[in-house]
Amino acid sequence: MSSSSMGILGKLGFVKNPGAPVPHRKHTKDMETVEMPVPASVTILMSQHIGAPCTPTVKVGDQVYVGTVIGDSDKFVSAPIHSSVSGKVKKIDTVLTSNGANTQCVIIETDGEQTPDPSIQPPVVENDADLVKAIRASGLVGLGGAGFPAHVKLNPAPDVKANIDTLVINGAECEPYITADVREIIENSWDIMSGIYTVAELLQVKQAIIGIEDNKPEAIKIMQDIAAKDDEHGDIVKVKVLPSRYPQGAEKVLIDQCTGRQVPPGKLPSDVGVVVMNVASIAFLARYLKTGMPLTHKRITVDGSAVAEPKNIRVCIGTPIKDVIAFCGGYKEEPAKLLYGGPMMGTPIVSDELPILKNTNAILAFNRQDAQSMEATDCIRCGRCVNACPMNLMPTMLEQYTEIKNADGLKRLNVMACMECGCCSFVCPANRKLVQSIRVGKGIVRNSGK
Amino acid sequence: MDNKLIVSSSPHISSPVKTKTLMIDVIIALMPAFIASIILFGVRSIIIVCATVAAAVVAEYICRKVMKRPNTITDFSAIVTGLLLAFNLPATVPIWMAVLGAVIAIVVVKQMFGGIGNNFVNPALAARIILMTSFPTAMTSWTAPFDGTATATPLAIAAGGNASELPSYLDMFLGKTGGCIGETCALALLIGGIYLVIRKVISPIIPLIYIAVVFVFSAALGQDPVMQILSGGLFIGAIFMATDYVTSPLTNKGKVIYAIGCGILTVLIRSFGSLPEGVSFSIIIMNILVPHIEKLTTPKPFGAQKEAAK
Repeated sequence: MSSSSMGILGKLGFVKNPGAPVPHRKHTKDMETVEMPVPASVTILMSQHIGAPCTPTVKVGDQVYVGTVIGDSDKFVSAPIHSSVSGKVKKIDTVLTSNGANTQCVIIETDGEQTPDPSIQPPVVENDADLVKAIRASGLVGLGGAGFPAHVKLNPAPDVKANIDTLVINGAECEPYITADVREIIENSWDIMSGIYTVAELLQVKQAIIGIEDNKPEAIKIMQDIAAKDDEHGDIVKVKVLPSRYPQGAEKVLIDQCTGRQVPPGKLPSDVGVVVMNVASIAFLARYLKTGMPLTHKRITVDGSAVAEPKNIRVCIGTPIKDVIAFCGGYKEEPAKLLYGGPMMGTPIVSDELPILKNTNAILAFNRQDAQSMEATDCIRCGRCVNACPMNLMPTMLEQYTEIKNADGLKRLNVMACMECGCCSFVCPANRKLVQSIRVGKGIVRNSGK
Repeated sequence: MDNKLIVSSSPHISSPVKTKTLMIDVIIALMPAFIASIILFGVRSIIIVCATVAAAVVAEYICRKVMKRPNTITDFSAIVTGLLLAFNLPATVPIWMAVLGAVIAIVVVKQMFGGIGNNFVNPALAARIILMTSFPTAMTSWTAPFDGTATATPLAIAAGGNASELPSYLDMFLGKTGGCIGETCALALLIGGIYLVIRKVISPIIPLIYIAVVFVFSAALGQDPVMQILSGGLFIGAIFMATDYVTSPLTNKGKVIYAIGCGILTVLIRSFGSLPEGVSFSIIIMNILVPHIEKLTTPKPFGAQKEAAK
């Protein structure tokens, strides 16, 4: 059955229509990125990625420059952390982050000069090993939000690599409010193309597919034009226009939409021959190979009902959120909830003293009215969560098994396949906190020791 | 920033569709049938509807108070139960009987099992069956629309073998036949059903398959399939009762099985049972089978279907 006829049947309720009709609220989509001035001090966390945290490599009083390594780890799954400013290390401290953990951080007092580190020069890349080393040195982690170290993803084992034939570039940006990726596409399309060719060559892929939701016509047009113009690399780049239905940007959904391949539960994209990278990650990689300047800045969207002047800004990693908000006109109302990322999967922030991280793509601030969640009432078994689940699970049943702590039931219903996209909770007419229950349910399965 | 920030699990936004808005949509969808019942059976319809709705809401309120549970009359589900029960009663039903039915639906069938979402059979249908078995004469005394003289339902006429006395298809479609006050006008029920599908309140799977199965299976048994689908409580049952969220399967595959079961049982009861009508019993029996249907139709997770197909 073609996807369009499925769409009509799905809309009429004859067949499952996965995903949720979330509001788009892309208020900032036409706002060009503005450079935020260097703040008085930056707080750079030593853990901004999935994997081992870094240890500070600087001491209090050290002079650092833009791009100086200030934290590193000898573990494989990790990425070095660089100073985003020039200045003096004021303090090495710990802060309480949103996940409830105390994390080490380096606080740097800026001198406003933004002098680049003298050692910075474009990396010399003669072979694949050089390139992977350079990617590690760049500090790149998945900028779409996951924060997985890029040098690990781009250096698969030989047998896995032999199976990989497709690079999928995530430009879906399905979360409400966020427009940082669409601005990346519009403002840096050539960097994206150049990054694609580098990675395509490294991984020896046959095709690269850029997935963009159809509510971003300007970005689609730019990428289509540029992909058509450039045929010296054998015309491997294609643009896939996706329906604007959340969660198109979820890795497994995106791969299915772009390639028709489905990643089985518990498997990785590479198991179906695919590597996925975010547009911002791939564009950064291209710039890094040209300039040698590591990951020190980030483009983010600042929006939400409590922000006076929503904006897209380019900001030093480590800038305190309160400085970011002040640059965006300050709070227009008392903020009741602050988020890293979008309203569907974003993480709440405990204090606006916390800094911008490598994988931050948005800061949202909501007023009390928007922040309030309604009280849950009894499940009426309407089946909306089951219909909405992109992973084909039964969220309401998972919640029931979680309540009675039934690990076998949770496993039988594949609780671990949940990606916590939030569709079930969003559509629930009884305001049930399904994602929250499912997270608890995953813990029950993990602790059941089976 | 002196106030503490709210920290809660994602997602941080939610759909405007709530239990209450869904119930309001069902009430709106039942309005054409209510208007039809007033036209067909007069003021008596209004009295019955007011009695059952008021009794259902009051019973729900008192029940929740006695059980020391949060009050749920503002979700409007008791109003829906009251309306559906009224529509399943004959015009001549004594008012005390209608009130008793509403109290049974809310107290015994719904609240004793935990309230909204926890009942295992449809409250209005179960109450109707209890009334029918307790007061068979009062519950099966039918009057003709407009004039109020005693008459029989088309299904009873057909069961009696006097096919020549059957009303025309058009009369049956418009509801100008004997029967419960809200079930005779197929047109009004159809309008309500289309409204519910457009508003995405119900999936069309259950009503379409239920009615189609009755059509095909009764034709296969040599009956008049058009008469079979237009008569009795099939339209109200298929559109409003079998689609009750609480007592129908969560999965689409499950909905298909459930609707086929409802259709087959309806035809079997109508053809071979001692009762002329079988919609209520069919739906109740399938309600009870829902947990098993759901277990059989648990969907395979994303990515596991293609793997299984290999």
